Amino acid sequence: MKTHSEAAEVFNKDFDRTTWHDQTLFMVRQKRDKAAFQIDDWELLRETASQIKNNVLSNMHNYLLQFEENASNNGIKIHWAADAKEHNEIVYGIISDYYRGEIPVDTFKGMVKSKSMLTEECHMNEFLAEKGIEVIDTDLGERIVQLAEEPPSHIVMPCIHWKKEEIGELFHKHLGTEKGNKDPQYLTEAARQHLRDKFLTRPIALTGVNFAVAETGEFVVCTNEGNADMGAHLADVHIASMGFEKIIPQKKHLGVFLRLLARSATGQPITTYSSHFKKPRDGQQMHIVIVDNGRSTQLGREDFRNSLKCIRCAACFNTCPVYRRSGGHSYHSAVAGPIGSILAPNLDMRANADLPFASTLCGSCSNVCPVKIDIHQQLYKWRQVLVQEGYTSMSKTLAMKGMSTVLSNPSVFKFSGKVGRMLMDKLPFLVNNNMNPWYKQREMPEPPEESFRDWYKKNKK
Amino acid sequence: MKVALFIPCYIDQFYPKVGIATLQLLEKMGCEVVFPQNQTCCGQPMANSGYEHITGDCTKLFQDNFDEYDYVVSPSGSCTLHVKEHIPLKGRIYELIEFITDILKVESLEGEFKHKVGLHQSCHGQRGLHLSQMSELNAPFFSKPEQLLKNLKGLDLITLDRKDECCGFGGTFCVAEEAVSVRMGQDRLGDHLKNGTEILTGGDTSCLMHLEGIIRREKHAMKVMHIAEILNQAIS
Repeated sequence: MKTHSEAAEVFNKDFDRTTWHDQTLFMVRQKRDKAAFQIDDWELLRETASQIKNNVLSNMHNYLLQFEENASNNGIKIHWAADAKEHNEIVYGIISDYYRGEIPVDTFKGMVKSKSMLTEECHMNEFLAEKGIEVIDTDLGERIVQLAEEPPSHIVMPCIHWKKEEIGELFHKHLGTEKGNKDPQYLTEAARQHLRDKFLTRPIALTGVNFAVAETGEFVVCTNEGNADMGAHLADVHIASMGFEKIIPQKKHLGVFLRLLARSATGQPITTYSSHFKKPRDGQQMHIVIVDNGRSTQLGREDFRNSLKCIRCAACFNTCPVYRRSGGHSYHSAVAGPIGSILAPNLDMRANADLPFASTLCGSCSNVCPVKIDIHQQLYKWRQVLVQEGYTSMSKTLAMKGMSTVLSNPSVFKFSGKVGRMLMDKLPFLVNNNMNPWYKQREMPEPPEESFRDWYKKNKK
Repeated sequence: MKVALFIPCYIDQFYPKVGIATLQLLEKMGCEVVFPQNQTCCGQPMANSGYEHITGDCTKLFQDNFDEYDYVVSPSGSCTLHVKEHIPLKGRIYELIEFITDILKVESLEGEFKHKVGLHQSCHGQRGLHLSQMSELNAPFFSKPEQLLKNLKGLDLITLDRKDECCGFGGTFCVAEEAVSVRMGQDRLGDHLKNGTEILTGGDTSCLMHLEGIIRREKHAMKVMHIAEILNQAIS
């Protein structure tokens, strides 16, 4: 697996495509600004959302039990999954029970899914595929990356890295659309017809959860395409997977979060559909799988717990100058971008040790975050943890220790500064070479004859 | 007013002219400026790379040099932010611009600087020290560097398409993530070139060093000056 910087280097080889990717996402950031600034109390709204989520994090246990009780009374079956594997097994168990243990070998045995980043995090599609169960993603963007056999590159716009010409090609190959036709309306219609068939023939639907209301035991799913509703309303079994942090205390709090979510995500005042699911229809089964998968550990890390406030709007992706110029796949994690970089190390420090370093710590992410997660501060703190836990190279540690010795020793600093500048001046090839990543695309600073301190001594002392 | 100057390590070694301009500017504004001789670095390069735990000696050295002063001033938003957040001092550290606007209470400057100037907002100066309003927030506009630049006679302050996007320097990021770092720098420069910047300025020499490295490699005509150099030249 490539590290973020290696993958980003590959991404940047195509200059024009990087320009296009950056501009496309920055446009979404600008839409967000426009929508956000139309609300006078925007900053108050963010603060309110942040405080509600802080309250949730501090009372997680009670709210979850309250939610379980109310949802159960509504006729929803609650399942608890400690980790990704348990989540996948629970989902498989529900499917298996539906077919009374004999899953039929035909094309209609699959499941339709509306976008759920949690099932990406749990690698559920792959797990079920091994069991012979096909999962059809019904969100258009998600379906596109699924046909391309790729993970989403963005949590709200999963195929934002695809150009319409390429989608035309992909649909031509998989859905039989006209070769060369890249008209978005035509392609969307083709996907719609293709998915309509899946909706009508698949008896099981899985959705994500945007908000689970403890007070009422209901949950809310936000989509623009209505695919969650279509799936859930046509299916005999509706499974909703949620990370436990999706809980909010009361229904009235939706008035805060629904106003923030779509504005932060895409600049819409609200998503086209905010679907409330409270109880199963007659004859329908409704299940909620509440997943931990490392969240309890994160809740217990004082410096990182408030990353669990995240409502998955991806505003931090769209504003991040590094994400826009490296693409979601460079982050090799289900959730990419700045928020992914503070969530992923919690799941696997070794595999994700590079991610907190994929940032300049510019702080734009924290400023757009609708629930005020201090993302860039947490990136800084993860760097400290990763180094101290030993997930860093020996050469970097040696370099840093050497640097620290020089910099904390005035006479060594003055001496090496002088020697360094002299060498740069007389023997420039020592630094102007391919071993120096700075020099690859940038000139080194021109070494002056004297340092500031030399000047000061001469002129002021 | 007595002011101790903190000249960050790389400015001391590579950009003495920025230190000199800072010193002269503060003297013109009536300050008595001293440069504690044994200062080196605030420790930020190590800390931002995840090695905050080995910066103890740097911290102690910094305190030994600066603890006796009420006002420590530095021409670097980034280093100032690091000191503010990580090094307890008896007095207080200020970034040069905020010291001029907030402590010396300079509302605007009389002077002349006949150039098209593009201002690069450093993220640590802006989002860290709040030297100006940030484009992400729904809040009234203000900008301390613009406040000092805008009344200079002949100075034409360029409006950018993206007024506060990061340049991609980011400390060790500039080498660890070389490809993205350079691309971010190229894009920032592209914005300035497109909108007519002749002289690129800012409050952080680190951003400017990175951008200047690209300017020189790509042979753009744009010149780079630290804001202290512009102000010092303009009011002389």
